[in-house]
Amino acid sequence: MAINWFKYSSPASFYSLAGKMIPIFVFVALILLAAGLYVGFFVAPTDFQQGEAYRIIFIHVPAAWMSMFLYVVMAFWAGIGLAFNTRLSSMLATAIAPTGAMFTFIALWTGALWGKPMWGTWWVWDARLTSELILFFLYIGFMSLQAAIDDPRRADKAGAIIALVGVVNIPIIYFSVQWWNTLHQGASVSVNQAPAMASTMLTGMLIMVFASWMYSIAVILKRTRIIILERESHTAWVAELQKKGAM
Amino acid sequence: MKPRHKKLSIIIAGVAALGVASVLVLNAFQSNLVFFFSPSQVAAKEAPIGKSFRIGGLVEAGSVKREDSSTTVRFAVTDTAKTIPVVYTGILPDLFREGKGVVAQGKISADGIFMADEVLAKHDENYMPPEAAEALEQAGKAQKASLAR
Repeated sequence: MAINWFKYSSPASFYSLAGKMIPIFVFVALILLAAGLYVGFFVAPTDFQQGEAYRIIFIHVPAAWMSMFLYVVMAFWAGIGLAFNTRLSSMLATAIAPTGAMFTFIALWTGALWGKPMWGTWWVWDARLTSELILFFLYIGFMSLQAAIDDPRRADKAGAIIALVGVVNIPIIYFSVQWWNTLHQGASVSVNQAPAMASTMLTGMLIMVFASWMYSIAVILKRTRIIILERESHTAWVAELQKKGAM
Repeated sequence: MKPRHKKLSIIIAGVAALGVASVLVLNAFQSNLVFFFSPSQVAAKEAPIGKSFRIGGLVEAGSVKREDSSTTVRFAVTDTAKTIPVVYTGILPDLFREGKGVVAQGKISADGIFMADEVLAKHDENYMPPEAAEALEQAGKAQKASLAR
C-alpha cells in the first residue's frame, strides 16, 4: 500500500495526526525519564575520580546533544520552507526553536554547576563553552527575529536565513575539543571509538537521550499544532473545529 | 530547472560558501583559539612570554610541595617532553592530583618559574567505577614490570 506522504504536509491533516501522536510520545518520554534517572542515580557506579558529582552527566550530555541535534533539524526544516515555500516546514522550524534554546540553556547551566567543583571555575572562554554559548544566541536570535516581523511568511524567510547561517557553528561545537586545546575534555562517546565509560553509566545516559528525544517530539508537535491554529485561524477547517469544540 | 530547485541550489551553495569562509577564518585564528599552551610550546617560545597566558599539561608525579604556613603550592607541569615549574597561592580544585591534567593562568618569571594566579583541573573523558580504575592500574603495573624484565 502506498502512503501519500504529501497528505501530511497539509496543516489540516498534520494537525489531527499530531494530536493522535502526542500522548504516545508523552507516555514513552515519562517511562524513559523514570528509567534513565533510576539507572543514573541508583544503578550506575560512582566514578573513580569525580565521585558522585559526575552524575550531572545524565542531564548535561543529553541536553548538549539535543541542543545541537535540534538546531540541525530546525535549520533543515527552515531551509526546506525557504526553498519550496511549504508552510508546514517553516512552522516546524519555529516550533523547534524554544525547545532547542531550552536544552542549550540546560547544557550551559549544568556545565557551570559541574565545572565549579571539578575544574574550579563556573565558566571559561574556551572553544567548546564559547561556541555552545553562541548556539544559545543563535536560537534566541532566530526567535526574536521571527517575533519582530509581523507577516509570518516574511518572518519564516528571515528566520530561515539566520538558522542556515548558524549551521556552521554545529561542527565547530562538536569538533572544538579535537581542533583546539580546551579545558573541556574530549568526547567520551563517538561513532568511531569504543565509549570511554562504564557500560551502566553509558546505558543510563543513552536512556536519558532517548527520553529527551521523545519529550522534544511531543512538545514540538504540540507547539506546531498551536502555530497551525494561529496561522490558519481564517480557514474553514479551523472554524469547523471550533464549532465542534474539538480544540 | 524549476524555480524552486534553483532556489534550493542557491541555498545549498550559500551554506557551502559560508562553510568554506568559516573554515578559512578559523584557520587564520587558530592560534587565538588556543585555550592553553603546552610546556613544549612555551620552551619553543610560541607562548606570549611577558604577558599573562595559560599553560596546560599533567601535574608531574612527585612534584607537588606545599608550604606549611601558607596555601602556597609548588608543582611542575609536564607534557612528558618539557616541564615547567609552577608556584601558586590559593585553593586548588578538588580534582588537582599528581599525574592528572591541569591548566594554570599566569606569567612566567625571569628565572623560568610560572607564577600562576589561577589553577584549574582538566579531567579526561574516562568514566568508570573505582574498582575498574584500580584493575586497570594493576594491569598497567604488571605490564610495566614484564617489560622491565
